[in-house]
Amino acid sequence: MLKILKKMSLVVALIAFSTGAMAQDTIKMGALATLEGAFAALGEDSLRGVQMALAEFGNSAGGKNIELITGSSDASPDSAIRAARKLVEQDGIQVLVGPLSGSEGLAIKDYAKTQPNVTFLNGSSAAQDTTLRESAENFFRFSTEGAQWMAGLGEYAYNEKGYRTVAVLAEDYSFPYTQVFGFLEPFCRLGGKAPLDARFWVPIGNKDYSSVIAALPDDVDAIYVALGGADAINFLTQYEQAGGDAPLIAGSITVDQSVLGSKGPTRKFVVGTPSAGPISDTWDNPNWNAFVAAYQEQFPDGFPSPSLFAHAYYINTKAALLGLEAVGGDLSDGGAALRAALSALEFDTPTGMVKLDERRNAIADIFLTEVIEGPDGNLVNKTISVTKGVSQTFGLPYEEFLKYGQVSRENPSCE
Amino acid sequence: MRRFIEQHTFWSIVILLFAVILLWLIFAVWPQWLIEIFGRKKTFVNTLLNGLTLGGLYFLVASGFTLIFGLMRNVNLAHGSMYLLGAYIGYEVADTTGSWFLGLAIAFVVVALSGMLMQTLVFRRMEGDDIRQTLVTIAISIIVADLMLAIWTGTTYQFTPPDWLFGAAQLPVVSTIRSSGDAVYIKYPIYRLAVFFAAVAVGAALWLFLNRTKIGMMIRAGVNDRDMLSASGVNVQLVFVLVFGIGAGLAGFAGVVGGTALSISPGEDVRYLLASLIVVIVGGLGSVPGAAIGALLIGLAEQFGLAYFPTYGVVVTFLIMVIVLAVRPQGLMGSSWSRQ
Repeated sequence: MLKILKKMSLVVALIAFSTGAMAQDTIKMGALATLEGAFAALGEDSLRGVQMALAEFGNSAGGKNIELITGSSDASPDSAIRAARKLVEQDGIQVLVGPLSGSEGLAIKDYAKTQPNVTFLNGSSAAQDTTLRESAENFFRFSTEGAQWMAGLGEYAYNEKGYRTVAVLAEDYSFPYTQVFGFLEPFCRLGGKAPLDARFWVPIGNKDYSSVIAALPDDVDAIYVALGGADAINFLTQYEQAGGDAPLIAGSITVDQSVLGSKGPTRKFVVGTPSAGPISDTWDNPNWNAFVAAYQEQFPDGFPSPSLFAHAYYINTKAALLGLEAVGGDLSDGGAALRAALSALEFDTPTGMVKLDERRNAIADIFLTEVIEGPDGNLVNKTISVTKGVSQTFGLPYEEFLKYGQVSRENPSCE
Repeated sequence: MRRFIEQHTFWSIVILLFAVILLWLIFAVWPQWLIEIFGRKKTFVNTLLNGLTLGGLYFLVASGFTLIFGLMRNVNLAHGSMYLLGAYIGYEVADTTGSWFLGLAIAFVVVALSGMLMQTLVFRRMEGDDIRQTLVTIAISIIVADLMLAIWTGTTYQFTPPDWLFGAAQLPVVSTIRSSGDAVYIKYPIYRLAVFFAAVAVGAALWLFLNRTKIGMMIRAGVNDRDMLSASGVNVQLVFVLVFGIGAGLAGFAGVVGGTALSISPGEDVRYLLASLIVVIVGGLGSVPGAAIGALLIGLAEQFGLAYFPTYGVVVTFLIMVIVLAVRPQGLMGSSWSRQ
C-alpha cells in the first residue's frame, strides 16, 4: 500500500512539474477534423497535413514548443462546436486549426466570436459565408473556399466540352451550395441551363444512390456531381453498376485523392472527368513535388498523393506557425499581435503565393483539372490550366458581389 | 387463404386491387398523363426495385437482431458493430485470397464465433438484467468501433464482386416506346437483384429452421416461455449461444453483402443499427416475419423518399415508425408478449 502511495505521489509530482514547465515555453494548438462518419478518411488525411507542417517547423515556433491536441467531429455543426469547446475551454488551447466541413465552418466562425482571445484558423471548410458575411475578427481562412475552387470550370464545361444543359447532384449543406454556385454562375451566364427540377440534394452520409441515379434526367449533356468522401465513392460505383453513361463534371472533392485513392476496384470510367480545385496532383512545380515527396515519405500508408484536405490543413497550420514565429511565440496579449501578423502574412505554399483579403479569406491560385490514369495505374488529376490569384468576390468589389445573394439550392436559378 | 378471404372479404378486394394496379404500373407502358403526375416510368420501377433490394439487405441485418431479442430479451446494441466487423473481415479475406465467396463464408463464421463468445463471456453473467446488458452492448459497440477505426482507418473500402455479379441486366419490363417503335427495356444492376434473392433465401432458410427442426422448436418454445423450456430438460444456455451465434453471423454475412452493394466505412455500424431498430420497431420485436415486413416497408420508404423528395426523404421512414407506434405499439407482427 505504502509503495503504491509513493508511486502515485511521484506521478503527481511529475505531472505538476511538467505542467509548470509547459506554461512557460509551450503553446497549445488544437486541430479539429472529422474523424467520424462519412468524412472520416478525409479527416485522417487532414491531420496528416497538420503533422507535415509541424514536422517542417520541428514542432516549435518562435522559440516555443507546440503541443498538439486533436479533436474530432462528424461533419455536423453541433459536433464541431462540442469538440471546439472542449479544446478551448477544457484543454486551454490558444490556436485552433479546423474544422473540415462547410457547415462546421459556419458554426465555428460564430463560436469564434465568443472567444476573442483564441485565434482560429480554418481547416478545409469551404462554405462561402464563413468569411463573406458577418465574418469573425479572429477567424482566418488561408485555404480558399468552394466557389473559388470552381474558378474556370463553368467556362470550360460550356466552351471546351460544349455542354449546354446539366443536372446537379450534391449533398444538402452549405459547402455544395457554394460549389454549385461557383460552377453554375459562369456556366449560366454563358447561356447554360440547369433546371431546378434536375437538381438533387441528398443528405450527407447517404449510401444508396440507386434511386437518385434512376431519377436523373436523360436529356442533359452532363451531370455536375458535388459529393465527398464515402458519399462520392458510393455514387460512382453505383452509377457505373447502373450502366450510367452521361459524362460527369465533378466538384472539388468528388474526384480528389480521398476518393480516387480509396480501397477497392478502380473507377476507370471517371477518366476524363473535368474538375477544379485548390490542388492538382500532377502539377509540375518544384514546391508541389517536394510537398508530395514529403507526404509520401512521412505517411507510407496514406493516399497515393496528398488530398485537398491535407493541403488545406497544411497551409493553415503553416500560416499559424509562421504567425507565431513573427511574434516570437508571444501570446501574452491574448493573441492580438498574432492576429495582426496573420492578417499581413503572405507566404509561398506548394500551390503558389497566398495572402488574405480584408475579410481574412485567402486569395490564391486555382487549378482546372481532368482525371487521367497515372503511370502506375493510380487515377490522378492532370492540370489543364491555372487561374492566378482567385479572390472570393471573383475580382468584383465587395458590395457588388453581395448582389449575387446568398448561396442556396436555387442560386443561381439558371432559368 | 380461403378462410382469410371469407373472413375479410373487403380487405381481400382492396389487396387484390392494389396488386393489380402495381402490376399494371410495372408492366404497362405509361400514358402521358401518368408520366406528368409521377415522372418517368424508369424512375418508378427502378425505385421500386431499389426499395425491395434495400429491404432485403435490412432484413439480413434485422433478422439476427430480432431473433436475439425474441429469445433473450437482449437489445443487442452492438449488432451494428457485428455488421461492420463482418464487412472488414470479409474484405481482408476476399482481398488476400481473391475469392469473394470465401470472404462471405469466413465473415459469417468469425462474427458468429465472436457473438457466441460475447454471449458466454459477457451476457451470461448478467442474465435477466436487461438494462445492464443493453448498457454493456453500447460499451462494446463504442470500443469495437474505435478498434476498427485503429485497424482499418477511416478509408472507404469496396469489395470487388465476382464478374458475373457485376454490371446491369436487362429486365423484361418496357420503360418507354421510342418514336421509331423500338421498346426501351429497363436495366438493373445484377448484384442488387442477387442481394434480394439472398435475403429471400436466408428468410426461407430461417423459417424452415425455426418451424421444421427440433432446435427451431426449442427456440420458439424459449421465445414463449424460457423457464418452462429449461424445466423440460433443455439446456437453455446452449440454445442461447446458438441463437446469438446465428444472429451475429447473419449480421457479419450482411456486412459483406451490404459492403459490396454499397461500401464500408466507419459510421456504417450506427447506420445499420438504427435501420435494424426501426425495422424491428415497425415489424414487431422478436418476430422474424415482422422483420421481413418492416424491412420491406422501410426500404421502400427510404428509396421512394430519396427519389421523389430527396431533401425530406428521411422523414418518411420516421413517419412510418411514429404511425406504427401510435396505432399498434407492439409492431405490425408483434405479439403483446408479457415478461415471464
